[in-house]
Amino acid sequence: MSAGKPRAWQTVVLVLGFGFFYVPIAWIVYFSFAGDLSALGEGAVSLHWYRALLDNEALQSAALRSLVLALLSSAVATVLGTMAGVALARRSAFAGRALLIALLAVPIFAPEILLGFAFLMLFAALQAATGWPQGKDLMTLVIAHATLGAPIVASVVFARVAGRDHALEDAARDLGARPLRVLLTITVPLAAPGIVSGALLATTLSFDDIVTSSFLAGPENATLPMAIFSGLHVGLDPQINAIGTLMLAGVATVVGVSFAATASHRWRRNRGS
Amino acid sequence: MKAGAAGLSLVERLTIGILLAWLLAFLALPIAAVGALAIHPVQDSIPPVGALFTTAGGQLQFHGTARAFRMVFTDGLYLHAFASALLNAALTALACVAIGFPFAYAIARAPARHRNFYVLLAVLPFWTSFLLRAYAWIGMLRDSGPLNGALLGLGLIEQPLPILYSPAAVLLVMVYSYLPFFVLPMYAVLEKLPADLLAAAADLGARPWYVFRTVTVPLSFTGIASGAILVFVPALGEYVIPELVGNSDTLMIGGILWDEFFQNRDWPLAAAIALVTFGLLMLPALLLRRSLAQLGGFQR
Repeated sequence: MSAGKPRAWQTVVLVLGFGFFYVPIAWIVYFSFAGDLSALGEGAVSLHWYRALLDNEALQSAALRSLVLALLSSAVATVLGTMAGVALARRSAFAGRALLIALLAVPIFAPEILLGFAFLMLFAALQAATGWPQGKDLMTLVIAHATLGAPIVASVVFARVAGRDHALEDAARDLGARPLRVLLTITVPLAAPGIVSGALLATTLSFDDIVTSSFLAGPENATLPMAIFSGLHVGLDPQINAIGTLMLAGVATVVGVSFAATASHRWRRNRGS
Repeated sequence: MKAGAAGLSLVERLTIGILLAWLLAFLALPIAAVGALAIHPVQDSIPPVGALFTTAGGQLQFHGTARAFRMVFTDGLYLHAFASALLNAALTALACVAIGFPFAYAIARAPARHRNFYVLLAVLPFWTSFLLRAYAWIGMLRDSGPLNGALLGLGLIEQPLPILYSPAAVLLVMVYSYLPFFVLPMYAVLEKLPADLLAAAADLGARPWYVFRTVTVPLSFTGIASGAILVFVPALGEYVIPELVGNSDTLMIGGILWDEFFQNRDWPLAAAIALVTFGLLMLPALLLRRSLAQLGGFQR
């Protein structure tokens, strides 16, 4: 009964749980290589669907658009969210703190569909008043996704900054460092892991979004999820398996590399001590 | 610059000012606009709403109407959609607790050297496209898919079960998609449970099951509640999953709103539905007396 020794129930739960998580993913990968069944017969491995993807310019441009959108919007979300997370963690009382917290909680509680709707109203009114945005502009999506991503970044950064004492900042300030210098040389670098994971979350959120994007973009400038989603109404397309596998490979590479980097860093540090 | 530790520096003032301006302009104002839209009259134009005020013969006339809200609260279609969305979100949250708690507990009790790897495995699906994972289930639940294949092969059924495009499929895919939202915060809570407390209970002769019931579960209750909220909230307005694997019986609030907006072009009605849904989500949160700071994760 010693703690930490894996027991039978644990193994069963872990196998079932991870099985549930990964069987659908394995399914996508398998069928991305399953080839054109009509031509090659069942079970043949081929790159057929990947080749089809190379010719599919609509999906390619949608993927590129989604990538640009995810990078731009998560960059803005990360700046805004870091500002909010640091301010809330460092200052326990200031005018507007309650308002800021309430505003940051809105995207958590508002249904996605209300937010998409609200953004559309905003940009329609803006267009009527100023002439911008003209039609379906990618910038409207950047603003919308950044606004939805900022609270998530803020929450992660807050947890990172609030859980640490501020002796270093106090010391720097006592030694005469200006507030901006303290922020840029101490607070932000120490919050970096939180900022990075917040940024990744905001990127995923943007890259995955269908509902908000559908309100702001039309079929002619659809994002990748929008293109896939509307394709699904028409019927199953094995090219989607190929896209899924490529995305999975990308994610697995990024996560795998960072995991290996952390592990080797820890190993070297342990060996050094 | 020596305004005292409590005073805000110029940089901080500027930061907070920019943030509040951004969030008010791009979040609060648009939602208020949706609120105003809900009382607008419908009109056959682009956009499909009439003016709230007109001046006729020097007199200001108000055309506001509660029609949209009246429809939401009296029309059986909308009430049914709300009821089925609430039921489905509650069942999803419940199933996530039932599956996610043992799962998170098993990870938290695993040997320390394996734990990080398990957490990584649990997070990884979260980083891959939600839409693609939901899409995979279409293939798996088909009449000719592996699930029916396995059941037929085992002789448990004679006809393929029509699971795809049913309420059961919606629930299954919702649980699948939202499970990481529950498992990760739950794991964070379980992992932090004081080991010496559990050891003390065991040393005093409590059996593992008794320790689990009287120490582990009560101490992790806030984690269970917040994880369940994290699942329930997005599940209530879910549009994509019922659209992909559901049928007309699974017409939920997200789909109704979508149709009113994009197909019927009744924008005031869509606005009213969106606001009522928002209210449904905010009300329990406020009743539970959980401050927004806590729910947003801004509590020390």
